Amino acid sequence: MQKTLKKILIAGIFAGISVNILAANTVNLTAANTNIFDKKSLQNGAYLFMNNCSGCHSISFMRYNRLGKDLGIADSEVRENLMFNASKIGSQIISSMPQEGAVRWFGATPPDLSLSARSRGTDWIYTYLHSFYSDPKALFGVNNKLIENVSMPDVLWHLKQSKSPQDFDKDVRDITNFLDYVSEPAKLIRINLGYKVLGFLLILLILAYLLKKEYWKDVKYGKWRAKK
Amino acid sequence: MDNNKNWIDQRFPLTKVWNEHLAEYYTPRNFNFWYFFGSLAILVLVMQIVTGIFLTMHYKPDEAFAFASVEYIMRDVNWGWLMRYLHSTGASAFFVVIYLHMYRGLLYGSYKSPRELIWILGMILYIALMAEAFMGYVLPWGQMSYWGAQVIISLFGSVPVIGPDLLIWILGDYAVGDPALNRFFALHVIALPLILVVLVFLHIVALHTVGSNNPDGIEIKKNKDKNGIPKDGIPFHPYYSVKDIVGVVVFLMLFSAVVFFAPAMNGYFLESANFIEANQLKTPEHIAPLWYLTPFYSVLRAIPPMFGSQFPGVVGMFAALLILIALPWLDRSKVKSIRYRSWPYKVALGVLVLSFVMLGWLGMQPVTPLYAILARIFTISYFGFFVLMPWFTAIGKTKPVPERLTE
Repeated sequence: MQKTLKKILIAGIFAGISVNILAANTVNLTAANTNIFDKKSLQNGAYLFMNNCSGCHSISFMRYNRLGKDLGIADSEVRENLMFNASKIGSQIISSMPQEGAVRWFGATPPDLSLSARSRGTDWIYTYLHSFYSDPKALFGVNNKLIENVSMPDVLWHLKQSKSPQDFDKDVRDITNFLDYVSEPAKLIRINLGYKVLGFLLILLILAYLLKKEYWKDVKYGKWRAKK
Repeated sequence: MDNNKNWIDQRFPLTKVWNEHLAEYYTPRNFNFWYFFGSLAILVLVMQIVTGIFLTMHYKPDEAFAFASVEYIMRDVNWGWLMRYLHSTGASAFFVVIYLHMYRGLLYGSYKSPRELIWILGMILYIALMAEAFMGYVLPWGQMSYWGAQVIISLFGSVPVIGPDLLIWILGDYAVGDPALNRFFALHVIALPLILVVLVFLHIVALHTVGSNNPDGIEIKKNKDKNGIPKDGIPFHPYYSVKDIVGVVVFLMLFSAVVFFAPAMNGYFLESANFIEANQLKTPEHIAPLWYLTPFYSVLRAIPPMFGSQFPGVVGMFAALLILIALPWLDRSKVKSIRYRSWPYKVALGVLVLSFVMLGWLGMQPVTPLYAILARIFTISYFGFFVLMPWFTAIGKTKPVPERLTE
C-alpha cells in the first residue's frame, strides 16, 4: 500500500515538473522600466503613437483634449500635431481604418489599445515591439517572437533603421510608457494623492491612539466604576 | 438639549437603545487584536454601499455598454476612478476582514453555547457575501467576469434531472448574456445588500443578547457586582469605540496603500484578463475566480466526476461551505479559548488553516497532476477537521479555566 502511494507521489511530482517545463517554453519578457511621471517620455510616446500606430489602432477610451491636458500639450498643438482624422478636440481617438478593409488587408482587425497595458502588461508591449524578426514566409516579411504569424507589419522598422539602438530603445520605451498612461490616466494623480492620504491618516492615527490611551487610563483592574 | 432628548424619548427609545447597545453595553475588558474585525466589517459594508451608490449612477447594466461604462467611470467621471478602486479593493478587503473575524471565532470558541445563533447568522452572512461578490464581479463584463460566471453558473446545470431547466431559469437564456447581466445587477445592487444589512442587524442583536466572548473564553456575566454589572466588563462606549477608531485608522492606512499604489494588487484584486471586454467566442487560457472564492473552487475541482456527472464536485463545494454551520455541535470541548484547549485541537486548527490556504492557492493555479493530488489531499484534510472534531475535541488534557479574566 505504502509503496503504491510512494509511486503515485513520485509520478505526480515528475508529471508536475514536466508540465512546468513545457509551460515555461515561452519568451521571457524584458522589463520595460517605464516611468509614468516622465512627461517628456509621455509626449514623445504620444507623438510616436499617433504617427505610427493610430492609423490602425484606436485608443477609443482616450480623448484628445484629455491627453493634451494630462501631458501638458496645448489644444492648438494637439490639433496641429496629433489630430489627423478628427475635428473636435473632445473626440475619442479612433483609427481611420475601416473594419472591413482591415480584415481583407491584414486578416484581422487591429485591436483597440486603450487597455493593452493593463491586460498584457507594459513588459509585454515593450518586448513585443522589440521582437520582430525577418521571416520571408510571413505576409509582411516579418514575424514576431511573442505572437506567432503576427498580422502586424514591423511599423517601427524605419525608426530602427535610422536611429542608434539606444535611441530606438528609448522610442519603444516611450510608446510603452504612453500606452501605460492611456490604460489608466488616473495613475498620474493617484500615486501622489496616495502619499497625502497616508500622511493625513498617520496624523489621525497619532491622535486616535492618544485619545484611546487617555480613556483607557481608568481601565485598570477593578478601578472602573459605573456612573450612577 | 435635554428638552429635545425628552421629546424624542417620549416618542422613540433613543436613550434606551443608546444605553443598551453602547453606553451601558458591558464588554470584556481584555479584547485583543482579533477583536477589531467586527467593527471593521461594518465599516467596509458601509463603504461598499456608499461607493456602490456612486458607481450605480454611472454604470450601465447592458451587454453592449457595461464594459465601456466602467472605463467611462475610470476616466470621464470626476473621482470615478477613486470610487471604483475603493469598491473593488473593498470587496477583497471585506473578505480579508471576514476571514480574520471567522478565525477569531475558531481561536476563542466564540461559536460555542450560548453563541450558536450568532455563528449561524454569521455563516449565512458569509454565504450571502460570496454571492454578492460573485455577482459584483460579473458587472464590469470583462473576459474573467463573463467566463467566471459561465463556469460557476454552469454548475447548476449538473444538478440531476432539473439541472438544464434550472440553468435556463437562472440565466434567462442559454448562456450568460444580457438577461443574466441585468438580473445579477438587480441582485447585486438591491436584493443581496438588503439581505446583508438585515443579517448584520440580526447578528448584532443576537450578540448583544448574550454578550461578547473574549480571549479567555470566560463568561463575564457569571461575576457581577451588586449593581448587576459584570466585574470584568467595561462599557462599549467610550472604551471600545475609541479603541476601534485606532483599528479603523490602521485598517484605512493599509487599505489606502492598496487603493492608491496597487489597486489591481498584481492581479489578485483585479485580474488582468478582466481588462478585455467579454467575448463569447474566445475562452481565456486560464479561468480562475478571485482569491476569496478559490478554496471552494479547489474543492470543486478536486472531486472527480462520478457516473459522468460533475454533480459530486458541486455537492462537495457546497458541503465545504455549509459544514461550517455545524461547528457549534461538532465541538465537544469543555473549554472555549485556545489558551486552555488541549494540544489535539491546536494541531487540528493548524491543519485546517493550512488546508484552507493551500486550497485557496491551488484554486488560482492551472491544474497539473501534482496540483490535482495536492488539492485532493487538502480537501480531505479540510473535511477531516470537521468530521474528526467530535473526537479530537474530546481527547487530550485541557488547562483549568480561571474564574476571572487573566489580564
